[in-house]
Amino acid sequence: MANLTLVQAINLALIQEMEKDDRVILLGEDVGNNGGVFRVTEGLQKRFGANRVVDTPLAESGIIGTSIGLAMAGLRPVPEIQFEGFLGPAYDQLCSHAARMRTRTRGAFTVPMTVRVPVGGGIHAPELHSDSPEAFYTHQPGLKVVMPSGPYDAKGLLISALRDPDPVIFFEPKRIYRAIREEVPEDEYTIPIGKARVVCEGTDLTVVSWGASVIQCMQAIEACGRSVELIDLRTIYPMDMETVEASVSKTGRCVIVHEAPRTCGVGSEVATQIMEKCFLHLEAPVQRVTGFDTIMPYYKLELEYLPDAARIQRGIEDCLAY
Amino acid sequence: MPITNALTTTIERVSILDEHGNFDEKLGKGLIPDADLLKLYETMVTCRMMDEVAFKLQRSGRMGTYPQNMGQEANSLGAAYALNNDDWLVTCYRENCGLMWRGVPIDSILLHWMGDERGNAMPRPHHATPIAVPIGTQMLHATGLAWAAKYRGEKRISCTFFGDGATSEGDFHEACNFAANLDIPVIFFCQNNFWAISVPGRIQCSAPTVAQRGIAYGMPCLQVDGNDLFAVVYGMRKAIEHARTTGKPYFIEGVTYRLGDHTTADDARRYRDQAEVDAWKARDPITRLRTYMTKKGIWSDAKDAALREAAEASCMATIERCEQVEPPVRGDVFNYTFADLPADLVTQRETGHTHSLGQDPSQLPSASNAR
Repeated sequence: MANLTLVQAINLALIQEMEKDDRVILLGEDVGNNGGVFRVTEGLQKRFGANRVVDTPLAESGIIGTSIGLAMAGLRPVPEIQFEGFLGPAYDQLCSHAARMRTRTRGAFTVPMTVRVPVGGGIHAPELHSDSPEAFYTHQPGLKVVMPSGPYDAKGLLISALRDPDPVIFFEPKRIYRAIREEVPEDEYTIPIGKARVVCEGTDLTVVSWGASVIQCMQAIEACGRSVELIDLRTIYPMDMETVEASVSKTGRCVIVHEAPRTCGVGSEVATQIMEKCFLHLEAPVQRVTGFDTIMPYYKLELEYLPDAARIQRGIEDCLAY
Repeated sequence: MPITNALTTTIERVSILDEHGNFDEKLGKGLIPDADLLKLYETMVTCRMMDEVAFKLQRSGRMGTYPQNMGQEANSLGAAYALNNDDWLVTCYRENCGLMWRGVPIDSILLHWMGDERGNAMPRPHHATPIAVPIGTQMLHATGLAWAAKYRGEKRISCTFFGDGATSEGDFHEACNFAANLDIPVIFFCQNNFWAISVPGRIQCSAPTVAQRGIAYGMPCLQVDGNDLFAVVYGMRKAIEHARTTGKPYFIEGVTYRLGDHTTADDARRYRDQAEVDAWKARDPITRLRTYMTKKGIWSDAKDAALREAAEASCMATIERCEQVEPPVRGDVFNYTFADLPADLVTQRETGHTHSLGQDPSQLPSASNAR
């Protein structure tokens, strides 16, 4: 057992799967010689060779489009898109092809691919390096969307993603790439895709979140001094509403927290499903503490935009006071 | 010497059997044995017949929108003939003839256009990818497929088809760039048919040839008369030899013409002159081959009439099979979304509802356990 950062945990998961399965190959901009701009693939090209850890031309649609071909041929490509802001050029390949391939060929062709994407704000990055586009890909049928909130989960979820027979977008919250360390077993283990985690139990209110925001939620819960249950979705699609429903049926109150804008954010879906499944248990309207419905600001103002512990605490307290 | 010449290049154009029946013995001799030629001709005639039948079916409301392949048959056919059967054929939707040669059942192609996904369930041994409708996206898949073959040490290559319009798409350029820079054996085959629906080729590419686009990526390129089966086969053999021996890509432009409308939803009379269409009708790849074979003494009017009769019968039998295929089941809307269906999709499939009270009527007051 080692005390690892999220970057190290992902690196370890990649090494272990690549050693086990030579169908796994990595490709992307700077993933090879440079080990990725966040060093997630550090040392892997040296270890596995330039034909398994491939520096590609700078073209996101090309990275995803060729990965689709690699996957159709039976390999398990792991393309990296350097920042979530550059996922846009690959949107068509992801949604028009990767997501539809199994359906439109009635299973004759499939796309077992894991797209790794650093996501979210909070690291004082330039523009288009701080967004949270998970809702776009959650809305597209045929894609799975995963976002871990810490090193232990990251390793187990990534191994599940790499073994998944369908395309998975694996968002890595860059704000916590190195901010926290956790004990991560050396041995391989998996965390199932589609299963949420109850981070801490409580009776008065449920907070639902995912990714880096989970850390802010923990701070807010500690500060408010009430019995609050925190659920980390871990997987955004398929969404584990059973865990959420059980919790909100118990607490009667719910605050959903995410970095992405509020309108049509994943929180809208969570809130609607809570309304559908827990209607008679609700003691207060479901609250959303999210990024604003604005363009993500440059970094001087990014902390004004991102939901921090204080805003989350206010959301929790208002919901409790209703 | 402040200014020197950085690059001088030429694009070769190959024509073996021209529209007047002239045959270049030097290039064409022994290229296609007579026995093969007869089979190739038969495939072209059947493909053309299917186009005509499909058109009528659409007009009588028995089939959805259908893109005719008329006039372009020699391109994909020559390619499929020259390739090995386990090389990847990565097509868009005007390559029916090549797919037929490969052995893909015509039923598959028709079923697809009849609005049935089962048509796209391409049997794996054919190494043909499903029909690609969004323009210019499939060349990246071809690149990935050939890349996988190279990674595994296989000799397999990819050949991908697209039109002149597709060369305006970014993905086309990304595919060329990936294949060229990462040494991936892909043959990029542009069927330049001069029209992207109503937009003329000049608006897609103002260079004198489409073929020269390959030069920018460091690929060898060639222009062939795409209505001349011999020229296509000649060009493809060169391309295949290059791709297999060097592991690198090759670019072919087949100059051809879309004799029909873009699809059955289009009316090309709105935007192009009949005189232009007539001029290209005179260069029809099928007529040209028939004249050649007749002159050579291996074909006759009687044989042609018999072939057309047989082709029509086989097309009608195909249509009958496709129309009688069991209707798809509602569950299949869901069943192939993922290998393992998430619970919410199972609920939607089982209940047929998306509203929560429809999915769980026990919540309604009329239900016995209502609160």
